[in-house]
Amino acid sequence: MNKKTSIEAELIIAGGRIIDPASKLDKVGDIYIRDGKIIKIETKKLIPRKKIRFSPEIIDAFDKIVTPGLIDMHAHLREPGREDEETILTGSEAAVAGGFTSICCMPNTQPPIDNQESVKFIYEKAKSAKCKVYPVAGATKGLKGEELTEIADLVKAGAVAISDDGRPIYSSSLMRYALEYSKMYDLPVISHCEDLALSSDGVMNEGFVSTVLGLKGIPGVAEEVMVARDIRLAEFTKSRVHIAHVSTEGSVNLIREAKRKGVKITCEATPHHFTLTDEIIKTFDTNAKVNPPLRTKKDLDALKKGLKDGTIDCIATDHAPHSIEEKDVEFDAAPFGMVGLETALGLVITELIEKKVLTWIEAIARMTINPVKILKLNAGQIKVGMPADLTVIDPETNWVVEPKEFKSKSKNSPFGGRKLKGRAFLTIVGGKVAYQS
Amino acid sequence: MKLKSRHLLGLEGISKEEIGLILDTAETFKEVLERPIKKVPTLRGVTVVNLFYEASTRTRISFELAEKRLSAELVNFSASTSSVKKGETLKDTVKNIEAMKIDMVVIRHQSAGTPYFLTQCLSSSIINAGDGAHEHPTQGLLDLFTLREKYKKIEGLKVVIVGDIKHSRVARSNIWGLKTMGASVAVCGPTTLMPYEIDKMGVGVYSNLDEALRGADVVNVLRIQLERQKGGLLPSLREYANEFGINSDRLKRLNPNFTIMHPGPINRGVEITPEVADGPYSVILDQVTNGVAIRMAVLYLLSGGEGKVE
Repeated sequence: MNKKTSIEAELIIAGGRIIDPASKLDKVGDIYIRDGKIIKIETKKLIPRKKIRFSPEIIDAFDKIVTPGLIDMHAHLREPGREDEETILTGSEAAVAGGFTSICCMPNTQPPIDNQESVKFIYEKAKSAKCKVYPVAGATKGLKGEELTEIADLVKAGAVAISDDGRPIYSSSLMRYALEYSKMYDLPVISHCEDLALSSDGVMNEGFVSTVLGLKGIPGVAEEVMVARDIRLAEFTKSRVHIAHVSTEGSVNLIREAKRKGVKITCEATPHHFTLTDEIIKTFDTNAKVNPPLRTKKDLDALKKGLKDGTIDCIATDHAPHSIEEKDVEFDAAPFGMVGLETALGLVITELIEKKVLTWIEAIARMTINPVKILKLNAGQIKVGMPADLTVIDPETNWVVEPKEFKSKSKNSPFGGRKLKGRAFLTIVGGKVAYQS
Repeated sequence: MKLKSRHLLGLEGISKEEIGLILDTAETFKEVLERPIKKVPTLRGVTVVNLFYEASTRTRISFELAEKRLSAELVNFSASTSSVKKGETLKDTVKNIEAMKIDMVVIRHQSAGTPYFLTQCLSSSIINAGDGAHEHPTQGLLDLFTLREKYKKIEGLKVVIVGDIKHSRVARSNIWGLKTMGASVAVCGPTTLMPYEIDKMGVGVYSNLDEALRGADVVNVLRIQLERQKGGLLPSLREYANEFGINSDRLKRLNPNFTIMHPGPINRGVEITPEVADGPYSVILDQVTNGVAIRMAVLYLLSGGEGKVE
């Protein structure tokens, strides 16, 4: 061991299995950190375990997996406007507890993040957050779908993407202009694909389960016709589009084909869509009411296939906090959305890695370097000189989801009581321990 | 024998024996209804709240009469959704009502699953009097009762349900109940009013009425609502009447001794012609009479009653 480096380091993560998808590294090693940056990655001369135990600056990651800090490109943090449900601070606490070191917050707050001042407000609040918070700004003023926001200004203030998420940009011509205009700044447009006339006042997936329950359905085609539209618009404008929360087999197939043709399209899937089906609605659990709705086994399998073959680039939570009062009502009256930051990693490990859908390196890529490439963040890699954002995962621990214990202000999760394997052991943001289990 | 659950939320999952028990019990109560003094002390001291969040004439009066004839105490509450939306939540409303010490709640609500939701917030017995397009179990039961009364057994009957299947809770409760009792069931209506994968419920699916009616014993005609035309699901009620309306001409395809049913309220001249609705094969008014007996049986059994009544 190089003694000098050891002295210089402020923190060392020692003896963990380092998985870095960007460099295809998968080896046991020690990571040296100073001034918030990674200064050395040592995979040959490792610090002996005996020494680790007696050095406070060395973290024992033996039997743990060390990955680049996880990135969630799709979260709703509710601030400003619904601080009773979540704030940037509490959302970031939930994030680091879930192993995330960077999260993107969606602009559908009250008021929405649709101008330079509101983007600055997010960054101001983010200064005291536990993790890095990047705002996605509105694509249209007030998210009303009528006029474009001042996209150049938003970019200057630090918006990493634009989106009207929660709603589609319903006018095809305005979507075209959003794509064309954002191209000047190489900014992705994140599209919430939903044909509102087809989804209408639906509350769950339209399928056999909705037939039996008599609940109004949201058909898969409500998503797919908009995915098809956005593919054609992205192809026509030669711009970048990112499809949020893909939920159906049809959408996966459309995106796969578009990618094959060279369309600049990326997309994400959520843990709840690759884990749960509409069968769970049989108990009218409003915590399982989400938009897009939970689909069928066929769709769930297609999402897994899409995650495997790279059609689906990212895993994102669509963390959507809602108060107990809002969810403790009859099914039709409840709002859509569920929290996800604190269950995402456990679900990825349990549902994808343990079930051999993805390898570790594939799964971590979809939660680190892939969103980084889309949003152009300075994160997502274990590399000398990069910010020391790291997640240390305990892959073997078995635990039961208990929403009451969430750091998030809201507890609206359909996963309460579910047994999961693997969770964040330690989350390091900018070289500092932000969370320790 | 007793019912397994303290609640009646739907006919899905209710066993043949339990349905049999309810029908047998209703038979006893029907006899009570024929007496000059149509009242028994069975539910004396039991308080029932009728919570109607959606307009209803028949079902509501039927429940009220059933409660009165069993000597239960009853309270009626009706609310329009809009006023409820502005004010307190459904949960708060029902918690407050329950705090006044009640035993049973009869609920009609436009949202599917609301009776189930009430079982999660209250300790009273919950009876579903119709929830959205989900279920209307007492209607399903009274239809079964009416058929058993006429044919002695339900097993083997061929029943066709005609109309707006997609939005019909009556259709769903009838399908579950009839299937459990061994009838064969077909649904028929315009494809726009047919819910997704309804065939998986174990029913035949038709969009040609004459084909559906061939060899059937029973036609259960559903009400068609005017709003369906505005919603784009139907071109016109005129076309609906031509294609799916039950008229005397169409009845020729049915087996002899056939039966015409309708859960009401009837749009005369749309889904059914007056001469059929009022004709000799119609049991529409028997259904209404039997509704009281069925609701008495359900109230009695859910309040802990067993088998035969004195």
